[in-house]
Amino acid sequence: MAAAIALPSILLTLGCKPHNPVSAVEGDAAEKVYVAPGKYDEFYSIVSGGFNGQVSVYGLPSGRLLRIIPVFSLNPESGWGFSEETKPMLNTSHGPVPWDDSHHIALSTTNGEHDGRWAFVNGNNTPRIARISLSTFRTEEIIEIPNSSGNHSSPFLTENTEYAIAGTRFSYPMDDDDSNPDVGIGTYKQNFKGTVSFIGIDKESGRMGVSFQVLLPGVNFDLSRGGRGPSHDWFFFSCYNTEQANTLLEVNASQKDKDFIMALNWKKCEEYVKAGKGKKSKVSYAHNIYDEKTHSATSNIEHETIVLDPKELKDIVYFMPCPKSPHGCDVDPTGEYICGSGKLAAVIPVFSFTKIQKAIADKSFEGEFDGIPVLKYDAVLHGEVKKPGLGPLHTEFDGKGFAYTSFFVSSEIVKWNIEKLEVVDRVPTYYSIGHLSIPGGPTRKPHGKYVIAYNKITKDRYLPTGPELTQSAQLYDISGDKMKLLLDFPTTGEPHYAEAIPASLVQPKSVKIFKIEDNHHPYVSKGEKEAKVFREGNKVHVNMTSIRSHFMPDNIEGVKLGDEVYFHVTNLEQDWDVPHGFAIKGANNAEILIMPGETCTLKWVPDRVGVVAFYCTDFCSALHQEMQGYVRVSPRGSSTPLTFSTGNKAEPTGATK
Amino acid sequence: MFRKTTLLAAALMVAVFACTSKKEAEDAAKKSPGPTEAAAPQPETHGTEVKSIELKNPLDPSWVVIGEGIYETKCLACHKLTNEKLVGPGWAGVTKRREPLWIMNMVTNVEMMLETDPEAQKMLEECLVRMPNQNVTQDDARKIIEFMRKNDGEK
Repeated sequence: MAAAIALPSILLTLGCKPHNPVSAVEGDAAEKVYVAPGKYDEFYSIVSGGFNGQVSVYGLPSGRLLRIIPVFSLNPESGWGFSEETKPMLNTSHGPVPWDDSHHIALSTTNGEHDGRWAFVNGNNTPRIARISLSTFRTEEIIEIPNSSGNHSSPFLTENTEYAIAGTRFSYPMDDDDSNPDVGIGTYKQNFKGTVSFIGIDKESGRMGVSFQVLLPGVNFDLSRGGRGPSHDWFFFSCYNTEQANTLLEVNASQKDKDFIMALNWKKCEEYVKAGKGKKSKVSYAHNIYDEKTHSATSNIEHETIVLDPKELKDIVYFMPCPKSPHGCDVDPTGEYICGSGKLAAVIPVFSFTKIQKAIADKSFEGEFDGIPVLKYDAVLHGEVKKPGLGPLHTEFDGKGFAYTSFFVSSEIVKWNIEKLEVVDRVPTYYSIGHLSIPGGPTRKPHGKYVIAYNKITKDRYLPTGPELTQSAQLYDISGDKMKLLLDFPTTGEPHYAEAIPASLVQPKSVKIFKIEDNHHPYVSKGEKEAKVFREGNKVHVNMTSIRSHFMPDNIEGVKLGDEVYFHVTNLEQDWDVPHGFAIKGANNAEILIMPGETCTLKWVPDRVGVVAFYCTDFCSALHQEMQGYVRVSPRGSSTPLTFSTGNKAEPTGATK
Repeated sequence: MFRKTTLLAAALMVAVFACTSKKEAEDAAKKSPGPTEAAAPQPETHGTEVKSIELKNPLDPSWVVIGEGIYETKCLACHKLTNEKLVGPGWAGVTKRREPLWIMNMVTNVEMMLETDPEAQKMLEECLVRMPNQNVTQDDARKIIEFMRKNDGEK
C-alpha cells in the first residue's frame, strides 16, 4: 500500500520539476538517439554474434541493425556456405563445420588508431580467426589455429595490425610432436599445455598466416590486449585456473587469491624466430581465402608452424600476480597502464608498464611458475581501485584519463580516474553487463561520446517472446561528467565484444557493385551472348545471366535423372542494391543470392522426372513476379537433346505420352 | 468548374503539407546533434549530366567495336538491335528518334532523366522497368552511340 501511494507522488514530483536530473536525462534522450529519415548514424558498431557465429553491424546512436555478416556459420539469407563458391570458407582440418561461436571483434589500426580497413573476429570452438573487409562487409579469409583449443583470447591486434592474437582457453595434452596424445585427464599438471599464436597480417592485402606460436604452461588464457606507444612491443594476457584444475573449475579454479596477467614481448619473439630458435611443429590447419575477383573461395590445409619455448628463451614471457581469476586485461590509450579485472576480486589492479620494465631489469621475481618468472605484485602495481563493485569484467577508455569498467554481478558501469584510482560515477545496467564498448575505446585515440553495455540478461526489458528472449544493449552518453542512459536496443545472437568506429572512416570506401568487367569467375557470363548450357559427363553446367527481370536461359531441356546441375548465375546489373536471387524446387542446397556483377553457383541434383520451375527470390522490379524459368528433367538414358533458350516461341520436342 | 476548384484546393493542400513536412524534417535534423549529414557523394561514374557531344563522320571503327562489346555485356539483355521491344525498346532507328545527347544522359544519368525528362518518363510508363544504371562511363556511352549509329546505317 505504501508503494502504491509513493509511486504517484514520485510521478507527480517528476512532472512538476522538469529540471530535476532524472527527467532532464529522459527529456533529451530521445533527441540524442533520433536519426531522422534520410540521415545516417554517426558510428558503425561491429558486434560479435556469440553463439550464432556471425558478426552484426549496428548504427549508433540509433541502435538500428544494418546487417548480419556471415562468418563462421551457414547463412540462409545470402547463401553463405550453401553456394559452391562459399562452401570452402567453412572448411577446417576436421572437415566442414557449419556453426561456430564468435566472441571478439578487433578493428584494424595503424599507429594504434582505427584505419577502417578490416574487422577480425575469433571462432571460439573450432579455433579460427576471420578477416572481414570493411569495404564489402564480407568475410575474406578464415584461418584455423593449430595447437589450440577454445580460441577465446583472440583476435586482438598489435598497433599496426602486424599480428592478430590467438590464445588457448582450454589447455590440453601436447607431447613433443605437439600432437594431442592419449593420456589421462587427471594428468593435467604434467601433460597439459597452452599456446598463444601470432597470426601475421600482410600490410597491403590483409592476408593472414601463422607466424609463430609460444608454448605455455597449462592454464586458461582468457583475454588479451596489445601494448601501445611505449608498450608497443608487448602483449598482455589474463590467465585463470593457475590451480591447473581439470574438473569442477567453478570451485577448483577459484582457490588462489591471485592468478596471473602474462606479459609477452612479441618483438623479442620475432627476433628469436628470425634467429632460428623456434621448433618446427607438424600440424594440420585450414586456410580459407575468398577471392573478390573470382567471387570464389579456396581452402588449403597447411602443415607446419614454428613454436617458441619460453622455458628455453628466458626473456620473452613474465607472469604478474593478479587478483582473482582475471577476465578483462585492458591497456589504456597511453600504453602505460594495464587493468586486470578479477571476476572474483574486490579491487581493480592497475599495472604500470614502466614498473614492469624496471621489475624485469631488477629481476624482482617472487618465484617461477612452471619455468616462467613471476614478477612481484608490488613491484609492478600502479595501484588498486578499492571497492569498485562486484564482478569486474572489462574496461574501456575515453581518452580523457577515465576508465569505464563493467560489473557483471552488481550490473553496473563504473567510471574511474586512472591516475588517481578514484571512482567518479556509476550507472546501473539492465541486466548483468558483460563487455562494454566505447567508440575507439581500445585504441590510442578513443572517439568517446558513448559507452554501450552488452548485457547478458534481458528479462523484462522487451515484449516477451517465449523462453528465448532478444539480447539487449544499452547506450549511455559519456560526453559529460555523469553517464546518462539514452537507449535500450535489442541485438541478435549473443553479442560479446563490439567495436564502434566513426562512419566517416568506413562509409566512403563502401563498395556498391562488383564491376562485371573485373569478374574472373570461371563460369561467368559477361552478357547474355555468353550464356550457355553444356554437359561434362553427368555434370550439366548452366552459365546463366539475370537482369531485371529475366534469366538467360529460362527454358532448359535435356537434363536427365542422375545428372548434377550447376547453375552459375551472373547478375548483369551494375546498379547499387539490385541483387537477384535464384531458387529451384527441391534443391537440397537451398538458394543463392547474387549481388550486381557477381557470379554464384547453386548445385541441384534433380530427384524425379518432370518440368521444374525456378525463379528470382529477391524482389527486383515491377516484373519480378515474371522472373522465372523451367528445366525439363527427362528419364535416365533418354535422348532429349540439351537445349536452352530465352524468348523463343516453343517448338515442342517430345510430347508427353 | 467545381471539379477544377477541388483539384486546385487539393493541389494547394499537398503543397502546404509538403512544405510543412519538409520544414519539420529539417528542424528535426538540425536538433539532432549526433548523426552525420547525408553521405558525401561517393566516387561513381554514373550521374553527371552530359552537356555536349561531338559527332563525326566517318564513324570511328574502333569505337564501334568497343561499343558493341559493351552492348553485349550490359545492354543486350533488354535491347534488341531490331525495332522489336524486349524489356526496353529495340535500337533500330534510335539515333534518328532521339538526340544523341538525350541517349548519352539516359545511359549515364538515368536517375536525373527519369525525374525530369518527360520523354524518359513516358518510356517508363510503357516499359514499367526502370532503365538500370549499368555503371557506364561517359567515354563508354559515347562508344555505344557510335555502335548505335553503325546499327542505323551511318558510315
